[in-house]
Parts: sequence; C-alpha cells; structure tokens
Amino acid sequence: MYRSQRLALRYLTAAMVLFGLMVVFGILASIYYVHPTFLLNTFNFNTAKILHINTLIIWHLMGFFGAVYWFLPGETGREVEGIALAEIMFWVFCAAVAIVAAVFIFVQYGASDEFSMWFINQGRKYVEAPRWAAIGILAVALVFGYNVVASAVKSTRRSGILMVLIFDLIPLVVLYLDAFPAMTDMSKDLFWWWWLVHLWVEATWEILIGCIMAWALMELLGTSRRVVESWLYVEVALVLGTGILGLGHHYFWIGTPGYWLGIGGFFSALEPLPLLGMVIHAIYDSGTRHLRAGNRPALYWTLAEAFGNFIGAGVWGFMMTLPQINLYSHGTQWTASHGHFAFWGAYSCGVIAVLYLAVAGSRERKALDGRAWKWSFALLNLGMLGMVGGLLVAGMDQAFFERALGGSTWGAFIALQHRPWYVEGMWTRMGFGVLFAAGYAMLMYDVLTIGKRRRGEAEEPLKEAAA
Amino acid sequence: MYTRDPAFWRAGAIASTLFMSAVLVILAVNSLDAITPGGSHVPLYDVINNQISYSYDSARGEYVPKIGGQELLFNHEYSETEAKALIGKGKMVIQSRACMDCHTFFGNGAYYAPDLTRAWLDPVWAEYPGTKRGDAMAAFLMHPFRLGYHEMPNLHLSRDEAQAAVAYLKWMSAVDTNGFPNGFGVAQAK
Repeated sequence: MYRSQRLALRYLTAAMVLFGLMVVFGILASIYYVHPTFLLNTFNFNTAKILHINTLIIWHLMGFFGAVYWFLPGETGREVEGIALAEIMFWVFCAAVAIVAAVFIFVQYGASDEFSMWFINQGRKYVEAPRWAAIGILAVALVFGYNVVASAVKSTRRSGILMVLIFDLIPLVVLYLDAFPAMTDMSKDLFWWWWLVHLWVEATWEILIGCIMAWALMELLGTSRRVVESWLYVEVALVLGTGILGLGHHYFWIGTPGYWLGIGGFFSALEPLPLLGMVIHAIYDSGTRHLRAGNRPALYWTLAEAFGNFIGAGVWGFMMTLPQINLYSHGTQWTASHGHFAFWGAYSCGVIAVLYLAVAGSRERKALDGRAWKWSFALLNLGMLGMVGGLLVAGMDQAFFERALGGSTWGAFIALQHRPWYVEGMWTRMGFGVLFAAGYAMLMYDVLTIGKRRRGEAEEPLKEAAA
Repeated sequence: MYTRDPAFWRAGAIASTLFMSAVLVILAVNSLDAITPGGSHVPLYDVINNQISYSYDSARGEYVPKIGGQELLFNHEYSETEAKALIGKGKMVIQSRACMDCHTFFGNGAYYAPDLTRAWLDPVWAEYPGTKRGDAMAAFLMHPFRLGYHEMPNLHLSRDEAQAAVAYLKWMSAVDTNGFPNGFGVAQAK
C-alpha cells in the first residue's frame, strides 16, 4: 500500500468521526423545533446548527481528500508527490477543526468586532469558521492541489479524469477566498456568498465527485476508461453548462435585478439533466455486469449515489426552484428537505462507496459482503427519506400557510409553529433522525469488522460474479 | 464514430464551461452595479432618515419598498458617512451573534426563526409608529421577551450594538427584492 493510501484511510476515518458528530448535532438541533426553549441561553439553536452544518461540510471535504489520495497512486502509477507535507497537513486540518469546534461549543459568540471574525465566529452560514481557521483550510487545500498537480507532472500517465480534477481544483480553491470578507451591504455579501456556496456545492463539488465516482466505477465494475471519461466530459459539459447560470436561482430575491428570475429559472430547470445522465450511466454499467460486483456494499452505495443525486438534488431542487414557486418556498423547511436529500444523495453516498472500496483494499479483499452493511444501508436511507419527507410536509405547510396566505410576518411564523402538519413534520424528522443514527452506528460496526471475518464466507459473491 | 472519441465530449465540456463563465462574468458586472448602495435596487445607507413602506406596484405586478419623507431613527439625522458606519457596525453585530444561523435575510440563512427582510415593517411593531419604533426594537434586542411560541435568547447586545442592528434592519427593508416576501403584512392587516 502506498503512503498516500494510508493517508487516505486517515482522512476517511476522520470523515467518519465528523459524520457521527454531524448526526449528534443534527438530532440536537431537531429537538429545538419541538421544544423551543430547550437549552435557551445556554446552548442556543444557532450553535447546534453551526456545528451540524460545519461538520457536514468538513466530513465531506475530508472524504473527498481521502478518496483522491486513495485513487491517485493507482492513476499516476507512483507515490503522491509531496506526501510528507500532505501527512503534516492532515494533522493541521484535524487540529484546526478541533479548536474551532471547541470555540463554537464553549465561547459560541463574541462582540461585534474584528477579533470575533478572526478568532471566534464569522457568522455567515457555512462560513462561520473564524478567519485563522479559514486560512488553515486554504493551506490544506493548496497542499492537496500541489499533491495532485505535482504527481500528474511527475507521472507519464496523465488521464482525462486527472486533467478534469486539476481543472476543478482552481475554482475549488479560488472560490474559498470568499470565506474572508465581511461586507456591509447584505445584497453584495450574499451575491458573493453564493459564488462560494452554489459554485462549490452545485458545480465544483459535482465535478470532484464525478472524478471520484469515475475511478470508483473502474475499480468496482471494471468499466473501460474510454466510457467513464466520455461520461465525465458529458457531465462536466452539462453540470457547468447548466449549473454556472443555475446560480441565478439564488439571485431571485437578494436585491439583484429581475432578469435573474428568467435566467435562474431556465438554467436551474435544466440542472437535473446531468444527474439523470449519471443515473443512466450507473444503471448501464452495473446492468452489463448483472449487478454483480465483488464489493457489494460499494456497488449499492454507488447506485444510491446516482439515484440520490438525481432525486435529491435534481428532482427536489427542480420542485422548488422556479421563481413562481420559489417566491413562497424560499427559506422554508422545504429548502431544508431539499438540502438534506441533495447532500446525502450527491455526496454522502459517494463517500461511503469509496470508503468500502478503501476498506476492501486495505484488508486485501476483492470481495466484501455480509449482513451488517445491508442493515446500515437500509436504516440510513430509510432514516434520510423519513427526515426528508417530514421536512417536506412541514415546508409545504410553511410555504402555503405562513408565506402565501400569512404574508410572511412574525405573526404568521409564530402561528405556523402550532399548525398540526408543521408540528407532525418536525416530530417525524426527529424520529427518523434517530433511525438514521442507528444506521450510522451499524455502518461503523460494519466498516470496522467487514472483511475481517472468515475468508471463505466473504469470497462467495466474487465467485458468483466471476461465473 | 466521432461520438465514441472522448476528445469530442471534452471539446463540448470546455466550450460550455468557457461560454457560461463569460456570460456569468458579464451579468455579475451589471448586477454588482445594481446592488451597490445608491444603485437601482439597493438604497443609500442614509435611507434610514426616511419613512419606509412596502406596497403593491400594479405596473410591476409585485410588492416594492417605497421611500417617503423624513422619519428619523433615534432622533438623529445621519449623514451618508455616519449611516454607513452605523450600518457597518450593524452587520458586525449580525455576524458576531450568528443571527443567520436562526433567522433568514432575504430568505437566506436558517429556518428556525422568522425572516428579517422586512422586520422593520412587521405589524408586531405597529404600536410603535414613527420615531418610537427604533427604540422599541433596540430594547427588544437587548432584552428579548417571549413572542408567541418562540423566545429569542439574550445575546448580550450593548445599546450601541442593538441600535446598529436596528439601523441595519431599517436599511434592509428598503432593498428592492423583486417582490419577496409577497404580500408582507397584508394578511395581518385584514
């Protein structure tokens, strides 16, 4: 095993720990919705929310880094260039995350001055990490970029996937520079904030996971490089062709000119297309192998990624994105429903698929199977669907009754808190959140034990696949 | 066939990315002009010296903010420079207390507490007309009381911080947001 792959395992381990913390803070945050005075003035909702969404971003980012460090040596045929520096940066990353988390938990907020921005909390959703930590994350991302580019330069093999990844690293790093300013004008602040949030999550991250899943499909199903590269280019053309101007759906109501309603509506209506393409690709590839792959959990999580991305990001996004609907659905629990489903489908399932490939690789297994992964697969997906369903009912209730009929005032918002559909939606979300947590526990149990059992048992599906 | 060659699809990927990026840059330049204070959609900061309302514009078919005559905030007439400094302070209050992780601004943020886009105009403050409103809102921010089901936490705002946050909310209520939120306050008034 390459040093880079050992680093990948460390990144994936850290990602899984943060995944667990995200679940804990998510369940905590859901309690406030059913008990509004829960921990009031001690540990306010926004602190739980900040911890929930920041662990979300960081565990995915660590998962992506882990995936790339896992596949890169195989792609370039050599150890990753600058691996020693990458190993140091992993610990820098972990230390920064731990310190920021401790400050969020124990200090929570500061006075309205520059000190708070640098050392406590920047208070822009998703960009709460204080500036010193943002510099640290930027340094980690730059070293990661250096590892990829330098390894490609030193290698004689420069594949299309690697070139797409390198191209994608540029906006990935440049857009993060938006994590620093504190603009007075909220319209301008949000204008640039969406370049970071949308163009990361709905553009550069989609390309990044596209590269990772291309490698995963080649390893998992033996799909030919020509096919995955062609598909990757189609995805880049469609994701960026629709997603760059799809940014416009965030510019409907922030003070930007009215032409964004037409542009944003049109291009975001097209945004599901590349995601549908990925579903077709995944079904076609796995269909040609009759759904037989040695690594069963990785196969099922790959399929979950394709379907989840299309339904959660594509369909759920389209459902609320046309301006005529978005005028009422914007900023409601409907958005939260879409956000949960989209992140889960587009990214989480993909990282878990790679995790299983790395587990198989590190335990020198070609085949993985068993019972526990099926339980975790079922519980996690059922838990997510239940949360998404609960939030959707609550969000639609909010859009129709608080927004459209109630006129969006504080009074309408407060009245909403007593509406049965809204209340039931919130309880449903919390209940299925607990189910999701059980799925997480099962996933951890499985990842720690799978492939360590009797060899004959686990090799069974491989023989079947080879037959 | 040429479609079986990855290079064909690569050319498409590069072309669509470059074209869409160029269109985005052109639109961004235009939009930034509109959202600079004093531009077509965002008022100058000294709008806090004026009365602000929100009503249906039949020509545009949507709700738009209207700027009326003088209605001072905290009994002080702010110059544009003073107003900018006060509202800049207000933004720092909003960021340092992570308001956006409970509330939404222009519908962006967290969904645990009400949207603040037109908070200045909310009917809940109807009993504090004109110049009294700013003081009432600042007092609430310093010592929040229970509003229905939810209770806002006490985030230990000083008087200066509370007043700066109120100035921010008053300025923000005058931003033209293409009709969002639709019919604000109308259902309440009936």
